[in-house]
Amino acid sequence: MSVILDHLPELWQGLVVTLQLTAASFLGAAVLGVVVTALRVSPVRVLRAIGTAYVETFQNLPLLVLLVLAVFGLPEIGIQADLLVTAIVVIAVYEAAYIGEALRSGVNAVSKGQGEAARAIGLTFTQSLRHVILPQALRTVVQPLGNIFIALTMNTALAGAVGVIDLTAAANRVNLVEAQPIPIFVGAGLAYALLAACAGFVTGRLEKKLVILR
Amino acid sequence: MSTMLFDEPGPRARRRMRVATVLGALATVALAVLAVRQFAANGQLDAARWQPYATWPMWRYLLTGLGSTALAAVVSAALAMAFGLALGLGRLSPRRWARVPAAGYVEVVRTVPALLLVYVVLFALPRYGLDLPLFWKLVVPLSVSHAASFAEIFRAGILSVERGQSEAGLAVGLTPGRTMRLIVLPQAARRVLPSIVSQSVGLLKDTSLGFVVSYTELLYSSKVLANYNGLLIQTYIVVALVYLVVNMSLSKLARTLEARRRAVLRRRTTRA
Repeated sequence: MSVILDHLPELWQGLVVTLQLTAASFLGAAVLGVVVTALRVSPVRVLRAIGTAYVETFQNLPLLVLLVLAVFGLPEIGIQADLLVTAIVVIAVYEAAYIGEALRSGVNAVSKGQGEAARAIGLTFTQSLRHVILPQALRTVVQPLGNIFIALTMNTALAGAVGVIDLTAAANRVNLVEAQPIPIFVGAGLAYALLAACAGFVTGRLEKKLVILR
Repeated sequence: MSTMLFDEPGPRARRRMRVATVLGALATVALAVLAVRQFAANGQLDAARWQPYATWPMWRYLLTGLGSTALAAVVSAALAMAFGLALGLGRLSPRRWARVPAAGYVEVVRTVPALLLVYVVLFALPRYGLDLPLFWKLVVPLSVSHAASFAEIFRAGILSVERGQSEAGLAVGLTPGRTMRLIVLPQAARRVLPSIVSQSVGLLKDTSLGFVVSYTELLYSSKVLANYNGLLIQTYIVVALVYLVVNMSLSKLARTLEARRRAVLRRRTTRA
């Protein structure tokens, strides 16, 4: 146990980076995910194709490949960016595909009459999406979104493989110095489990509050 | 495609749709042009930098990497599925001693990053005298982590089989074990096949952790290659395309299976 206490500053710093990665990339992924969903349900075929291509591409590429490509490849074409920012953007872009897919299933779950009613009172496509469909779609996918959030938290660890000193990388470094893997890795694992448990708790509460019984 | 969100377009809507079509196409083209210009400005489009990827030795090397990726994915999938099935059955077992540990395993492993498990196998186990060969250093953590997901898939599949099926099995005098094996599992297996294929895509994606383990699967091979020939961005783009083609085919398979299952279900309900 004392190893963890001795290296608390480094591990804490790692946890902070993990939290930054998680929060920032989830925010970005949520925004992008809504855009992708809007594209995928739009009446314009080209926009639908763009949305589908986006989801297909990013769901079928390993996140680590994208991270490696962005972190080592972008400087080669003259784009220099902060490592943490690059990681956040890549994770956001990757997870947006999953959020887009979850949201689309939510949109499909909204009953047909809702869309028809929205049109009947004269709302345009964007208006009906914003005021009628998406609010209901979001409520039905609270649980899947929570699962995506947990998966995203786990995926931020991959940023550690390309040089971001997040919790996993920090634990690894401390272990290389101290060579006491069990307390260090178990401690890091517990921290992740705690994050996931918090996320699960919040989504559980949210779902109870927001769910629409049909 | 649901048409819930829009009607048959009238003249004005059709005009707006044409505008949106042009704008969407323009945005895509603009993005592509921007990327190409950025590549060209930094000399990354020179033919000499792409030529090597049209030669057979290069592809032989990459395909060897892909072969190792496939091997690692197949072995971990087999292990994770076997373990996951045991866990899934354990979670549904009426016996506490089986139910509680299985549930605990699934809940805990689901919330630990696969990379952390890789580090444990890479750095923690050797200290306790268990130094696995490289291949297993990748396969073991992947199996451990994906077993939890497979367990949940199997559990959902078993629960989706109507109760009447297992009741009927018990009623004709089969033991609970045989009812599960002969009646419930075959039906559940057919239902979860699409989810299993898409979970396997996730597993195949995770084999890229070989990058960390330095097991020569596709991504690590490409790292070695890029360090050797200095064609960083080209190598990684080619490798990304290889992953994309393989995984898209698998995802397509999952969708086809799902569509076929739905068709069978529809036929059954209309006949009944």
